[in-house]
Amino acid sequence: MAKLILSMDGLVLKEYTLTKERTTIGRKPHNDIQIDNLAVSGEHAVIVTILNDSFLEDLGSTNGTSVNGQAIKKHFLQNNDTIELGKYKLKYVNETAAPNKVPEEFEKTMVLRPDAIPAALSRSAANAETVNTAISAPITPAITSSQPMRPLSESQALRLSTSPPMGTPVEGAPSVPQVQAEPGAAAIQVLSGGLAGRELVLTKALTTLGATGKQVAVITKRPNGYFITHVEGDKFPIVNGKAIDMQAHALEDHDIIELAGVKMAFFYKD
Amino acid sequence: MDLGQALEIASCTDPGMVRSHNEDSVAADPANGVVVLADGMGGYNAGEVASGMATAIITTELQHAIGERPLHWVDPANGVSLAHGLLVEQIAKANGSIYQAAQTQAQYAGMGTTLVAAIFYDNRAMVAHIGDSRVYRLRGNVLEQLTKDHSLLQEQIDSGMLTAEQAKFSQNKNLVTRALGIEAFVEPEISEFDVRVGDIYLLCSDGLNDMVSDEDITMTLQTLSTNLRLAAQQLVQLANDNGGRDNISVILVKVLRDFAVHRGWRDRIFSWMK
Repeated sequence: MAKLILSMDGLVLKEYTLTKERTTIGRKPHNDIQIDNLAVSGEHAVIVTILNDSFLEDLGSTNGTSVNGQAIKKHFLQNNDTIELGKYKLKYVNETAAPNKVPEEFEKTMVLRPDAIPAALSRSAANAETVNTAISAPITPAITSSQPMRPLSESQALRLSTSPPMGTPVEGAPSVPQVQAEPGAAAIQVLSGGLAGRELVLTKALTTLGATGKQVAVITKRPNGYFITHVEGDKFPIVNGKAIDMQAHALEDHDIIELAGVKMAFFYKD
Repeated sequence: MDLGQALEIASCTDPGMVRSHNEDSVAADPANGVVVLADGMGGYNAGEVASGMATAIITTELQHAIGERPLHWVDPANGVSLAHGLLVEQIAKANGSIYQAAQTQAQYAGMGTTLVAAIFYDNRAMVAHIGDSRVYRLRGNVLEQLTKDHSLLQEQIDSGMLTAEQAKFSQNKNLVTRALGIEAFVEPEISEFDVRVGDIYLLCSDGLNDMVSDEDITMTLQTLSTNLRLAAQQLVQLANDNGGRDNISVILVKVLRDFAVHRGWRDRIFSWMK
């Protein structure tokens, strides 16, 4: 469950858990989070929570609301975001993406029972403010399997993507496809025929070689290196004088490839 | 009508790099133009059981049902084509069986599965889906997602709470709002699409689209369209290279030829008179 830690001048004042679908923040006593300070408006802001996601919205307050130093109207809260209202700070903590989560649990699809679907999302939700949808309503959880995790192969050195589109650094967000380790830059240099001397740098995950309808092969760029695979044609690509088979063939520095009558060299750049 | 000449089908399913079991299931009946994919969920190996039941029941039942009356025949009682009706019927059967099993066997309690099923007939594709497994179509150079996920995340996007970009950072991923086998009755979403020669259809579980960008999927299908089996393997490999955090399944259907149903002059006149 996500929570908010209220502080001022570095001193922690109180901790709030985001249990309700709407958590109001303001100076007036009816607010869920009451901050008794003149710099805070009577109804300053609201946090709408849909299960594990929370959204902050400024309610047209006099002095505005900021997140991580930037003034916002509406903001999709991420773990460790700091909300600023006047001199008060509210730190948003959402450990659903905690790194200590068992890998087997990542990405496990679960079913939301109809009664657990937050009312805020239904079309008739306009008057749903007084309806406190039980966010903690049972979701059928997958029972954690006690099977050992399949070991990741050594080539899977993963780096977390560090540039989310909203400009807010997202800590440990495993749900974002991670940038894989890259092999060194490599290229193909044509050695024979009309295009001799031409160099083609292998930047994409897949690079096609050959002539459609005659003979086509593809070079795949993977975390652990480059591989050549036959795609179509009666003849298979020849690497260092020997024809490869149906399987992907790992390319070594300075390998000579022969394909569709053209000779080319594969090499790593510097 | 044997669609084996008109359609080329390739599939690949993989447990991924993290999971020990593969709870996805894929099945195809090329002669009848039927493809089915399911992503199971549930404790222990219940997910495997649910998805396996879904693909087996639906392919087998459709195989038996197709052939007597042409799929494009429209039932005058409800204006629904036979293909549509058959899909609804067999999906309901699968749902009933999975639900029953879940109710009667303790180790299967709560099990369910997503589903995508398609019947190709008469230059058309009738697509049914439940959950967040998807169908894409590559036509020309454009990849289009043909199904909308039945998921909490999609509902957030639909209600304007999140943009598609922000959705990547949602913690509500992988929560489906509809699944097969969870309740006594479930309503699949069914749509019909016109099919053209050259089209490539991709059915996949979220283990693919969560790990591989649309750009990479498009590039892979375009580059390897002449070797569909390699294209399917390459998609799975890409998902694994990007982390492979879930089971990955793909079914590719490439349209090689026209497969319009030959209509006699009587049929044509009657359909014109409707």
